Amino acid sequence: MALEMNVEMKNSDDLLKVEGICKSFGKMLAVNQCSLEVSKGTITALIGPNGAGKTTLFNLISGFHKPDTGKVFLKGDRIDGLRPDKIFHKGLIRTFQISRELEKMTLLENLMLVPGQQEGEIIWNAWFRPWRVRAQEKQVKERALETLRFVELFHLKDEYAGNLSTGQKRLLEIARTMMADPEIVLLDEPGAGVNPTLMNKLIGYIHQLNGRGITFLIVEHNMELVMTICDPIIVMNAGSILTQGTPPQIRNDERVINAYLGD
Amino acid sequence: MDLSGLFSYFVFFLVIVSVYGLLSLGLNIQWGYTKLFNIGIAGFFAVGAYTSAILTTPPAMDRVGGFNMPFLPALVIAVLLSGFIAFLIGIPTLKLKEDYLAIATIGIAETIRLFFNNEAWLANGVRGVSGIPRPFQHYITFNYNLFYLLLMVVFVIGVYLAIEKALKSPWGRVLKAIGEDETVTQAMGKNIIRYKMESLVLGSMIMGMAGSLYAHFIQFISPEVFVPMSATFLVWVMLIAGGSGSNKGALLGALVIWGLWSLTDLITNVVPVDYAVKAGAFRVIAIAIFLEVILLVRPQGILGEKSVMKAAKKQEQE
Ligand SMILES: Nc1ncnc2c1ncn2[C@@H]1O[C@H](COP(=O)(O)OP(=O)(O)OP(=O)(O)O)[C@@H](O)[C@H]1O
Ligand SMILES: [Mg+2]
Repeated sequence: MALEMNVEMKNSDDLLKVEGICKSFGKMLAVNQCSLEVSKGTITALIGPNGAGKTTLFNLISGFHKPDTGKVFLKGDRIDGLRPDKIFHKGLIRTFQISRELEKMTLLENLMLVPGQQEGEIIWNAWFRPWRVRAQEKQVKERALETLRFVELFHLKDEYAGNLSTGQKRLLEIARTMMADPEIVLLDEPGAGVNPTLMNKLIGYIHQLNGRGITFLIVEHNMELVMTICDPIIVMNAGSILTQGTPPQIRNDERVINAYLGD
Repeated sequence: MDLSGLFSYFVFFLVIVSVYGLLSLGLNIQWGYTKLFNIGIAGFFAVGAYTSAILTTPPAMDRVGGFNMPFLPALVIAVLLSGFIAFLIGIPTLKLKEDYLAIATIGIAETIRLFFNNEAWLANGVRGVSGIPRPFQHYITFNYNLFYLLLMVVFVIGVYLAIEKALKSPWGRVLKAIGEDETVTQAMGKNIIRYKMESLVLGSMIMGMAGSLYAHFIQFISPEVFVPMSATFLVWVMLIAGGSGSNKGALLGALVIWGLWSLTDLITNVVPVDYAVKAGAFRVIAIAIFLEVILLVRPQGILGEKSVMKAAKKQEQE
């Protein structure tokens, strides 16, 4: 019986599945019985008014918070309660609402940090297998440069990340997720503080990466981004899932409009 | 002081600088890269020194040991033991906020000092351990202190090259990232507890090595050597002044600050006895003022990397 269920999970298209998850901070119930599914290959949006619990849900999925109750599955495997770095290695990477670059490191270093299982991350290898470390560093660097070219930040490769503009930091964040070779990327407001020109670029990059097979779950307030590339759209309000649907359905849903206006 | 007196003073001075250089290099791994707030350097220094002292001295009636062990094996044990104690401290504290590591390290360091102070059966209490043998003494036909300085230089260069290699590798890149933002580093898939532990242990091992080498040079140690002022605070000043995050800066800081410290010592020695206590306070003030000046002129330390914010400001002005 249990085995059957497992098989069923693995066969479904749900790359990410959240089941009845709850999280409270003291008396405040930030996420209340949330369930959602993200299908492989989609760009799924998670929208909702301020304080709806979107970031908290991201923290629960990515391992930064432990759920009070409920389960999270990635490719059919339970991941709730795992450490964030373990979840990363299972193919899920997330960004932060306020971009958090490593400010005193260069763009190149920011990207070269990301790939997992680097030989040189073991101090022993750094000392006793320097040639292997060097060979791998060369590959990682090559990839980092290529990624910087993709997001058009190549000319800033040796700049400290702390010196980038808000919009450029958002691009660096996208570049960083690419370096991880993820299956699914969770973006927390990638468009916050981004000017319209850069916004179009950002939308283009996400679209292209999705074309390469990366699944996205995006929290975003910018409706242009949400309505042009996201489908389905999940709406959250007061810690729970309000509804889910295609962009036209969501646009015409009265409950969604009420939630945003506040009732 | 005649010329040869000046020469031997200088050799002695440089050996002590090398000991501090090692302490400062150890702290640079912990603080300069990983931002681990170890304010119990004296503890690891003491463990290294006492371990070597107890292991290498001939048997004594009134304390544990000695064991007549040769210099190098004792040094290895001293280094491993310092690392092991760091490991034990790291287990409960590295998961928590950084303040806990600070409290734990200074707490353990003071406990170690007071333990050696009060438990006379262990290492002779306040009277300390004397007669710590000089390594390779029988083979040295020239000025022994000069030989010891060369030995110290070999150790300092060896440690410098080893940690420079490690810190410039992907391993060091992860430490640096943790020092900047733990949360993001973890989101990028790094097991931050593992790296913080490695940083804490490696740095503390180097501090233990410094303790062992110090004990063999002075040939006498007592709890008084391991007070927080000279064995922890000074090392911090050295690293901050020299340039946190730079190994060369760590070494230069040791030279400059120990130079200044010795200079103020010369001055306090010539003032009348009545003023001696005040003079002691004057030394600390002198060091503090010097640090203040450096931080005003060069916030990143003498050899530290240029700070990002400065570069950002410059960009804005352009
Ligand atoms: N670490 C925390 N401790 C206490 N309360 C928290 C914590 N994190 C979030 N909250 C609370 O939980 C609720 C949900 O916050 P959350 O940040 O998840 O909302 P959000 O949907 O991401 O909002 P926004 O659109 O403003 O980013 C808020 O009321 C917030 O104050
Ligand atoms: Mg949020």
